[in-house]
Amino acid sequence: MTNPNVAEAAAAARQALDAHTYETVQWHFHPTTGCPFWLDYAKKLSFDPLKEVQTFADLQKFEPFQDEWLRGGPVRRWVPQAYQDKPIYVFETGGTTGTPKSRIAVNDFRTDYELFSQTLPDAYFPPGANWLMLGPSGPRRLRLAVEHLAQHRGGISFCIDLDPRWVIKLIKQGWMEHLEAYKRHCIDQAITILQSGHDIRCMFATPKLLEALALELEARGSSLQASGITGIFSGGTEFTPQWTRFAVEELFGGPPETSGIYMTPTYGNTLMGLACSKYPTAAEDYKISYYPPQPRAVVEVVDFDNPDTTVGYGETGRIRLTTLTREFFMPGFLERDEGEREEPCEAYPWDGVSGVRPFHELAEATTVGVY
Amino acid sequence: MVGGDALARKFQIPNQKLEMLNLPVVRWGDAYTSLEVAEIVHFLTGEPIASVSQAGSGMLVRDLRQAERARAVLRDFKCDELIAMMQQAGQLFLEASLPMGDGEQSPNEFAQAQSASTGLPEHLCKANMQKNHFVLSQMDAMLDALTRGLDLNILSQGYGRESRGVTVSYQAQSPVLGLVLPSNSPGVHTLWLPAIPMQIGLVMKPGSQEPWTPYRMAAAMAAAGIPHECLSIYPGGHDVGAAVLTHCRRSLAFGGLSTVNQYRGNPNVQAHGPGFSKILLGDDQVDHWESYLDLMVESVYRNAGRGCINCSGIWASRHTEEIAQALAERLGPIEVRPPDDPEAGLAAFTVPGMGTSVWQAIETSLREEGAEHVTERYGARLDERERCAYLRPTVVHCQAPELALAQQEYMFPFVAVVKCPQERMPAAIGPTLVCTALTDDASLRQTLIENTQIDRLNLGPIPTTQLDWLQPHEGNLVDFLFRSRALQTTELPDAPC
Repeated sequence: MTNPNVAEAAAAARQALDAHTYETVQWHFHPTTGCPFWLDYAKKLSFDPLKEVQTFADLQKFEPFQDEWLRGGPVRRWVPQAYQDKPIYVFETGGTTGTPKSRIAVNDFRTDYELFSQTLPDAYFPPGANWLMLGPSGPRRLRLAVEHLAQHRGGISFCIDLDPRWVIKLIKQGWMEHLEAYKRHCIDQAITILQSGHDIRCMFATPKLLEALALELEARGSSLQASGITGIFSGGTEFTPQWTRFAVEELFGGPPETSGIYMTPTYGNTLMGLACSKYPTAAEDYKISYYPPQPRAVVEVVDFDNPDTTVGYGETGRIRLTTLTREFFMPGFLERDEGEREEPCEAYPWDGVSGVRPFHELAEATTVGVY
Repeated sequence: MVGGDALARKFQIPNQKLEMLNLPVVRWGDAYTSLEVAEIVHFLTGEPIASVSQAGSGMLVRDLRQAERARAVLRDFKCDELIAMMQQAGQLFLEASLPMGDGEQSPNEFAQAQSASTGLPEHLCKANMQKNHFVLSQMDAMLDALTRGLDLNILSQGYGRESRGVTVSYQAQSPVLGLVLPSNSPGVHTLWLPAIPMQIGLVMKPGSQEPWTPYRMAAAMAAAGIPHECLSIYPGGHDVGAAVLTHCRRSLAFGGLSTVNQYRGNPNVQAHGPGFSKILLGDDQVDHWESYLDLMVESVYRNAGRGCINCSGIWASRHTEEIAQALAERLGPIEVRPPDDPEAGLAAFTVPGMGTSVWQAIETSLREEGAEHVTERYGARLDERERCAYLRPTVVHCQAPELALAQQEYMFPFVAVVKCPQERMPAAIGPTLVCTALTDDASLRQTLIENTQIDRLNLGPIPTTQLDWLQPHEGNLVDFLFRSRALQTTELPDAPC
């Protein structure tokens, strides 16, 4: 970290993270505010979180968060006492087979996406513009979150229904013609919406669906530009520098200043929230570096064998996520991804991660990037 | 007899330094270096020998919009001219130093690199080069045979009048032929070579371990004057292979049984998988089985036993125990030799764990009552090395055709000698790519001729591995690429003044 301003900002961010960690732990482990799960859990601990967790580093006293704890009910055990009377959402992840993992939410998804909204350039995501949401819907939070993002920015979101669990089943069965038909079914709906005079300028799409949409528009003699799209928020599945290059150079027709299309890759999930990225450029070989919305969420890159040790900058490790909101506390969850640790930067004076890809020990067994 | 001591002798790793090459994606002849690369390593040393740019499925789909141009540039030449160019390309493929990515490869270096990534012995790689050369050199005769003597200009023009006075029309079903190529069997490339002289372009997805042949063939064709815009090469993951098969209107796919089953009944895809090739001994010949032993050994062992045309089942009503013992005596002692040894006859399993899991599957099936491992006394079959594994030739005896091992094929010299009454054979053999029938029994011969489970039928002592290139292999490529249809033409009346 050579820039002294960044170093100073990073130190301040660290202090803020420590304070935020303390407050969050106090909230989740206090009998009047905490949720039944953590209050029960605290009884089995050999330490008192209310007294012994003062800083972010102290979270290592907890064992790594097991996402398996989120399978099955009663789901209310995750609702903090202070929110028992609030309207509660439940969002699910996975679930191709067996019981899916559930996370409750009150307002987190709105807060996360309002923070993310601040990173979107108005020139390409014009306030008041309407949106197209082309991604997984159903029990996932993405649909509501994108809709809120559009509303927060003064627009209206049009949504396409897409069930990724069915897509995974089609792939596992080898029903590739059904997969193609389902993709076409979704893309046809998206094109119909885009061509229906709704003044849609912005969209969310997973990389695969964005590619399919752009290719189908081209096949019909149109393009993303001709459809009026200027801002694309993309995520949900793996993003590679090569795919980003293909999208920017070939599907969009160049970088934003020449094509008029700006795409922001994101990384995240229902458990953590949304990490955004610096704009990937040809000069940096379309490298994608993600930065989490600290202090609400923290991304660390840790040693494969010793998850309590962070690797050096530029080194490779497994991604560990921590969520610190009043609605959800998730200390040290070892994600099924790996990547390289990135230095803090001016816009995000805390650690980031680049080169995100499936964790090599689990990659073989994982069906990724399917929709 | 060779025992465990001999097996313990590990051969010396060949002391050869292969030039590290960067292979690009080829998009209608233009090289494209991807930000994503896959590394190919020497299967014995682990040393990187190539860095292969990876394409994405979107890129392929987008490029396919120009597929018509691939056919158009080929139609600028007559079929006869393209045949002559392909023959010259065959000579260059065999003998010349040709560009390979950002470097160049001599024929020897090509064989060494192919051996290093696929595990095939070098002399077998060279034999496959000869095979490709032979097919290219005989391209005129092959096309004449596959089209049943059709004037090739009729394919170019779409229709024409044959000498017998009949108008015929053949319509190309796709401007390009998609190819999802295998990693383990360089011999299959002979199947797609006739596409170019029929003015059909190529969209290739090379096998991850065997990119060499597509690149060298493309270089040879370009050097022979074939327009480089007629072909594309997209190395990549499974999504790229799936995109080839979905978006090319005609494709050949090479893979396992699951691939074949997945595309069965899809008129756009000709899927090539395991062959389950067999030798059947009729009751009239089975007492003379010893005179066919050389033929059996060759059918099982040739080309490291990797091909779909290698024999994996020998069926007879009697003497099966003796046949199995005699085969085991010939095949059992064969040892693993270094890849540069001209006597090497076995190929390595270069994918980690694959050799071991294949052997475990065989051992599991051997527990079935009636199955016997006949090569057992010649020492362990599984030979595990630091980065690869070998399986030595394996002969099993099956008391009945219902046993699991009677219907298996593996990527090494493996054969099941199956006891089965002659009258049950035609129904019990199951899908059989090549069937060599050793019988003079006219009734049995006729039954086999009419058996739709058999693709290539050899009547008489012809090894299953012996191909007649003038006959179609697993479907006629001409029929696959062109549709015979009606076309009538007559003069337009003079326009009124």
